[in-house]
Amino acid sequence: MLWSLLSGAVVVLKLFNPIFLPGPWLVLGSVLDMAVRGPLWIHLAATLERVAMGFGAGAALGVALGLAAGHLTPVRNVVEPLVEVLRPIPPLALLPMFIVWVGIGEASKIGFITYATFFPIFLTTVTGVRQIDPLLVRAAQSLGARGVALFTRVILPAALPDILTGLRLGVALAFFVIVISEFIGAEHGLGYLINDGRNFFLVPQMLGAAVVLGLLGYAGNGLVRLLERRLTRWQHPA
Amino acid sequence: MMARGPKIQIQRVAKSFGAPGRAMPALEEIDLDVAEREFVCLLGPSGCGKSTLLNIVAGFLAPTTGTVLVDGRPVSGPAPERGVVFQEYALFPWLTVTGNVEFGPLLQSRPAAERRRTVDRYLDLVGLRAHADKFPVQLSGGMKQRVAIARALANNPSVILMDEPFGALDAQTREVLQDELSRIQRVEHKTILFVTHSIREAVYLADRVVVMTSVPGRIKQVFPIKLPEVRDRFAPEFTQHESDITRVLREEVAKVRA
Repeated sequence: MLWSLLSGAVVVLKLFNPIFLPGPWLVLGSVLDMAVRGPLWIHLAATLERVAMGFGAGAALGVALGLAAGHLTPVRNVVEPLVEVLRPIPPLALLPMFIVWVGIGEASKIGFITYATFFPIFLTTVTGVRQIDPLLVRAAQSLGARGVALFTRVILPAALPDILTGLRLGVALAFFVIVISEFIGAEHGLGYLINDGRNFFLVPQMLGAAVVLGLLGYAGNGLVRLLERRLTRWQHPA
Repeated sequence: MMARGPKIQIQRVAKSFGAPGRAMPALEEIDLDVAEREFVCLLGPSGCGKSTLLNIVAGFLAPTTGTVLVDGRPVSGPAPERGVVFQEYALFPWLTVTGNVEFGPLLQSRPAAERRRTVDRYLDLVGLRAHADKFPVQLSGGMKQRVAIARALANNPSVILMDEPFGALDAQTREVLQDELSRIQRVEHKTILFVTHSIREAVYLADRVVVMTSVPGRIKQVFPIKLPEVRDRFAPEFTQHESDITRVLREEVAKVRA
């Protein structure tokens, strides 16, 4: 609505060349055009595949290392200082280094997402494990739980709400960094579409790709929320 | 079962906290035997180390000196033969009432049919059959503690350790649960070590009441309670026991204040 009024005002009041802010219908038209002709799906698939693989690896690594570091002091003493040194560096600042090390191919884009999503997932997992009520652990031990059983039946479910929060942060971050890494040396992807639109001054295409990215991020977040509701039903049972 | 020695033997157990050199003694030289099927209450002013002693018997804490034997074997850590009921319930919030009660039998890989029978039996015993599918957040404090008691019993321990289990409940609920525990003990005949700071509760439940001194905790006096199994809180013999213990305990509370 606001967008439509704003772009209308630009045209009516001749504030600036309307080409800089095309109306929503023009952008929607551009998205539909790309959808019908087909290229939208290729770019969408490229971005989704990178996010899925990068986020999947980041989540697996973050949860696994987070559980280990939260549960075992020796692991924590090795991993945590390393994470604390790297974490304050904005991941995007390291993107050029990634390209130098791994090249501009798929591996560097996926690896970069993995790197960026690892941190929030790792940190919330460690927090989740370390904040477990020690009384629950004692109760489980006096019921006979030890070793693997204690881990899978008590520590994992107790840390799950925090792990899921980390996954939600990770999904958002994945969509955030994929766009920028697709600006550089990509031939497909929504980030590529935006950059391509900038090169050829196709403003509706730039905005259209941004809108599609927004929808994807929204859907990703919704998916994790759905998972959260299913897995932590015990917090707010009907 | 072989030798008929005491079920629990606490032998010269002492505990101090803090760094060696400036350690604060919490317990000093505790010697106490608990017979099989006996219900013993540890009573004392707050901070006297009665919960510390219970945690040592549970295996959560190691004594600084001395040993605890259960069935003649030294305690080296928590084990399913010694069930624990905590003041804060410590239910697993992600499991239903059934899931919590089933926790121990599931760890022992009992078959499903047997587990169901166990759960039904103990939920009936504590009167919670109708709430089997609820989660802990949906229960009142009294109901949570009933679940915790059922969970401990379902694991079939020979000893149950209870750390001020009714301390967080209101006065009415507290008496109802005391009645239930007394009834359950007449059915289950467990060996129970029960920490409380309520004299009434101790006299109502225990075969023996062990009064402890203020910090550092030692055993001040042991009161055998010679009352019938089903007790009347208003009987003259009951109040006689209460006042006897009150007199001894008051000296200790006065020391803390001084």
